Amino acid sequence: MSSQAVNPSHQALREIAWGFVLAIALSLITWALFATVRYQWRWDALWDYRFLIAHGWMMTMLISAGALVLSIALGLALMMGQRSPWIPVRLFSRGYVEIVRGTPLLVQLLIGYYIIANALHINQAVLVGIVLLASFEGAYLSEIFRGALESIGASQIEAARAVGFDRAQMYRYVIFPQALRRALPGTAGQMGALIKDSSLLSVISIEEVTQAVKMTNAQAYIALEGFIPLAVLYLALTLPLSWWARRLEARFKFDT
Amino acid sequence: MQLTAHHLTKRYGEHLALNGACFDTPADVRSVVLLGPSGSGKSTLLRVLGSLLLPESGGLSIDGNPLSTDEAAALQQRRGNGFVFQGFNLFPHLTALENVALPLRVVHGCSDDEARQRAIEVLERFGMGPHREKRPAEMSGGQQQRVALARAIASKPKLLLLDEPTSALDPMMTQEVLDLIRELAEAGQQIVLSTHEISFAKKVADWVVFLDHGKVIESSPAKEFFEHPRSDLAQQFLEALTRYR
Repeated sequence: MSSQAVNPSHQALREIAWGFVLAIALSLITWALFATVRYQWRWDALWDYRFLIAHGWMMTMLISAGALVLSIALGLALMMGQRSPWIPVRLFSRGYVEIVRGTPLLVQLLIGYYIIANALHINQAVLVGIVLLASFEGAYLSEIFRGALESIGASQIEAARAVGFDRAQMYRYVIFPQALRRALPGTAGQMGALIKDSSLLSVISIEEVTQAVKMTNAQAYIALEGFIPLAVLYLALTLPLSWWARRLEARFKFDT
Repeated sequence: MQLTAHHLTKRYGEHLALNGACFDTPADVRSVVLLGPSGSGKSTLLRVLGSLLLPESGGLSIDGNPLSTDEAAALQQRRGNGFVFQGFNLFPHLTALENVALPLRVVHGCSDDEARQRAIEVLERFGMGPHREKRPAEMSGGQQQRVALARAIASKPKLLLLDEPTSALDPMMTQEVLDLIRELAEAGQQIVLSTHEISFAKKVADWVVFLDHGKVIESSPAKEFFEHPRSDLAQQFLEALTRYR
């Protein structure tokens, strides 16, 4: 038995078989649940709005991609700010992280768009949306990065100094490569959250995919049909992301 | 090498790790062994000698050159030394080869080829040639310490500092590593070493500095220290270390 269990091809076969079983079970349960609801499903109504939804999905991808890059930069900056020897920088960074993580994104979007962006006479909603979303996720990322960085032990830092690395070399060759591996799972999770959080941008009148589906539902006089393809469209973005993150993790894998 | 230390103090919070340590060694000494009970200040003294820690007060000179307490100068001083730690402290994300070659490239200005050649040469000399593509987690403690030793001497340091290099190793591995250190010492490498391996210390030491509670209790030629320790503390310490050996 045990020799079979370690055989990789057997293992893969078992996983596929179990995946199949679970998928069938889940489909049956879903079908049974849907059958109990007395609702006239009108999937055909959805088809007429496919271009609207596709356009919204592109918008979601564009906003997510922009916010993703920006949030990583902001997360790094805030992480360094929190470790800064300069008191005002440290206080600002900590305060920012606490306030942003402690308040709802919805409130931040409303205040950020209708008050701050308005006061600054910026009226490109998409641009403002990207910045607001990035500023929210960046606060979370900075804590993930900080945790990863601070988990690198004092003995590694001492070894880096002992071989003659200066500060920049120590970060580049010793701390960052090890911290990167430890930050990966948390970062990937946060990226997935960012994509889903972009659905809230409809409150500042950005037509991303959730907004497009809501508009479809309203215009076609349907209630729920749009939300199932909506979930699939989000999965189409988040699943490849998590697959990619796992591959990266495996690539950077080393035991400590 | 002539080491001169006067009134070195270093504290960690409330704890005085070095409490006015003074000693000096004559110029013809090649290997200095630091002895003393755990917590006596050996590791701290070794780190101060290696410019890894800056003392709060007191002064230290090596061959008549006073060590600077300025961080930029300390970096230059560190670059001229090799350091080996009790816990090996290899970089876990790099292979044995990269652990040795990386500092040669980025600190000592070797080209990629030079660094690789030199790293392979040193690893082979220490019997680690076949393991050079392994990461630290794939090696035994003895192998890791041999790589750490290779990393420390690859840049041909003036001074090699070793902080209890065999304390984390079993007797077989200890012997392997001690043989290498002895070879280095006999080939003329200047060494400062802290250890509890008393029979090894007897074989390699030219000079012994005996510490307790952050103070230097005795500083004398090795032969004299081992045969006729002057202080009661040193006598007790030597007796405790040799009783079951």
